Amino acid sequence: MSDEDELVPVDHVPEGAELLKIRNLKIEATAYPPGEPPQDIVIVDGISLTLPKGRVMGLIGESGAGKSTIGLSAMSYGRGGVRLTQGEVLLNGAEIREAKPGALRRLRGKIVTYVAQSAAASFNPARKLMDQVTETTVSARGVARAEAERRAVALFTKLGLPDPETIGNRYPHQVSGGQLQRVMTAMALCPEPELVIFDEPTTALDVTTQIDVLAAIKDAIRDTGVAALYITHDLAVVAQVADDIMVLKAGKTVEVGTTDQIINNPTEQYTRDLVSVRSIDHEEKAPTADPVLRVEHVTARYSGLKRDVLSNVSVALHPGQTLAVVGESGSGKSTLARVITGLLPPSKGRVTFAGRTLSNELAGRSRDDLRELQMIYQMADVAMNPRQTVRRIIGRPLEFYFGLRGRERDARVDALLDEIELGQGFADRYPAELSGGQKQRVCIARALAADPKVIICDEVTSALDPLVADGILKLLLKLQKEEDVAFLFITHDLATVKAIADSIAVMYQGKVVRYGPKSEVLSPPFDDYTDLLLSSVPEMRLGWLEEVIEHRRMESAGH
Amino acid sequence: MRIPPSAAIGLIITVTYFLGAIFADWLAPYSYFEVVGEVWEPSSSEFLLGTDSIGRDLLSRMIYGGRITIFVATAATILAFVTGALLGFTAAVAGGWVDQMLSRLVDLIMSIPALIFALVVLSVMPVTMPVLILVMGLIESTRVFRLSRAVASDIVVMDYVEAARLRGEGAAYVIFKEILPNSLSPLVAEAGLRFIFMVLFISTLSFLGLGVQPPLADWGGIVKENKEGIVYGIPAALYPAVAIATLAISVNLVADWILNRTSSLKGGRG
Repeated sequence: MSDEDELVPVDHVPEGAELLKIRNLKIEATAYPPGEPPQDIVIVDGISLTLPKGRVMGLIGESGAGKSTIGLSAMSYGRGGVRLTQGEVLLNGAEIREAKPGALRRLRGKIVTYVAQSAAASFNPARKLMDQVTETTVSARGVARAEAERRAVALFTKLGLPDPETIGNRYPHQVSGGQLQRVMTAMALCPEPELVIFDEPTTALDVTTQIDVLAAIKDAIRDTGVAALYITHDLAVVAQVADDIMVLKAGKTVEVGTTDQIINNPTEQYTRDLVSVRSIDHEEKAPTADPVLRVEHVTARYSGLKRDVLSNVSVALHPGQTLAVVGESGSGKSTLARVITGLLPPSKGRVTFAGRTLSNELAGRSRDDLRELQMIYQMADVAMNPRQTVRRIIGRPLEFYFGLRGRERDARVDALLDEIELGQGFADRYPAELSGGQKQRVCIARALAADPKVIICDEVTSALDPLVADGILKLLLKLQKEEDVAFLFITHDLATVKAIADSIAVMYQGKVVRYGPKSEVLSPPFDDYTDLLLSSVPEMRLGWLEEVIEHRRMESAGH
Repeated sequence: MRIPPSAAIGLIITVTYFLGAIFADWLAPYSYFEVVGEVWEPSSSEFLLGTDSIGRDLLSRMIYGGRITIFVATAATILAFVTGALLGFTAAVAGGWVDQMLSRLVDLIMSIPALIFALVVLSVMPVTMPVLILVMGLIESTRVFRLSRAVASDIVVMDYVEAARLRGEGAAYVIFKEILPNSLSPLVAEAGLRFIFMVLFISTLSFLGLGVQPPLADWGGIVKENKEGIVYGIPAALYPAVAIATLAISVNLVADWILNRTSSLKGGRG
């Protein structure tokens, strides 16, 4: 027992002292490719970082860069077979990489705590929030339950949760996603830890909600004086909370520096790419007299629902242009796409397409109606049959609509693959053999194969890393120029909208609150919701968060 | 392509049984109905497995019995899968009242124990081979229906099925090109298991006297004919029992292996 006790670091080191020091950390895992002998793969290689007490370090990189793995190593934890094989992890000067389970148990939840990305998946749905928030405080810290609850209520107040005195009596499903994320932050701060690991705490939230959670986290970090590792793929977000930033790529450090230096003065090319992402120049096209797609006074609801999901929505899409439909989750954006495609017949209103009125129901539409209106989905993974090769996925619309067979079809598939910048070598791959960005490109090719007039893009870049998403947006713009196809672009990301839209429809609670050409929609005077939405898009500069919180007119709904 | 040892063993035994069934006419030393020796003779060079309760060559009866067992079980399994999977997929794709009707009908049939249901039906119908296959196949198809409907309901909500519908594809394309390839793994695993249940089903029916009728006999029937011998230490009833058990295990070993290969999403290449 005594040797284990030595490993538990002393509590409450003075401000500015070195709290976490990672030296030359190497993290490996064993992969089991089918039909081959197991292989050891290196996930993180030679990472070193120093985190003094009271400072926040941002870890940033694309998916697979090893951000979360490094974050978890700060409490000497490897997820699912991941091993910390070399190097040192020093917490308050004590080496914890090879510490015994007992010592680690006392460390976690007491000295180091963790905030996960998906709060909804991390809470036990069967227990009240207060029980879960105070659990480790009572068990690891030995604090009396009443005292722990008092602390929790204080944290709820600090984090701006409604009814801080009673919210702890609710169950996880009785609070919104943004609130749950803040409750989780309270859970992490309640034991008064020395170090908190934030693992993409705002990534799953709407921009308008993200800003509140971000501000709450930032205040809480400042007031409690803990050190924090803040993991995210969004540089603009981390710029608001972190003092220092470490840029990671494929398990290696690209660049480390103060936030100011990384944002304003990056030295590495990769960091520069990250900083300048979404700086696509797109010249707005003027509306034409004859829109290709017109949605007129559409009202719709799902069966069994008591309220309308869309009410009196009217928008128009001009040939060869992009209409962006923006709004937070639940605003009815995707429902609009379902009405246009015929998957959800509207209760009122109609959709006209290329001069003809479309049947409300999918079954009533002609093959040409279907061909000329294509759709690209958010999750490219599930939008392609995993049992079909790329050739079959892209070739099917060619067969189905144009009757192309054999060599003729294959030649067209190859041409389409060239068009989406993938090359012909991809034709015989299965979707599982493609990366996220490549999958989305294949979905784009499948839509293009039908030679459509309009493509509905439903959050096509939301699931992708910023740089990859940038590539997809550029590709879409290029294709629009070449093929003269119109896009109905559904997104919650205003940066994307600014990059590619010609006109914009802002949706809020099933209604279009603002609609017009991009330059008009994005110039003042704004209505309150558009103002909130616009000001919530994180900007890549220091001090942005404080400015916004001070100036905005409307509180976000707190979803 | 590497075959794991367990699958290789399963494959060898299964293939041996199937070859024995196919080439029974050439392999069997005697005919299956001819009395060639004394009652329950021990095994000898003349009768490799000895003789049965009325002096017929047991090896020949085992080979012909295997042919009947395997043929009936295979035919009934195919029937069960074709009807069960097709109806299950249709129910999942169509939804609404089609799904309700089919599902409730299946629930109704499944609420009656399969063996009792089969015994009742067979006691009023003429017990011929086609009737046997039909009854067994249709009863077991309810199990296949449940499985394929459950699997297909998870698949029809996927975006790629929605994409196919938006393209204007008909129900047949959705069922055969989108759903079937993606539900093959659980179905293949189920097929192995169902085949074994069919072997046991036909053996049970024959043992109870409502299956294959004399002088023809499947393995279950041979157990029935020779069961009295066990009391006198005659192993004649054990040979068909061992045959049923080994066939059951080896078919499952093969099914497991096929399942592993078909669940790869990279075309089994690697």
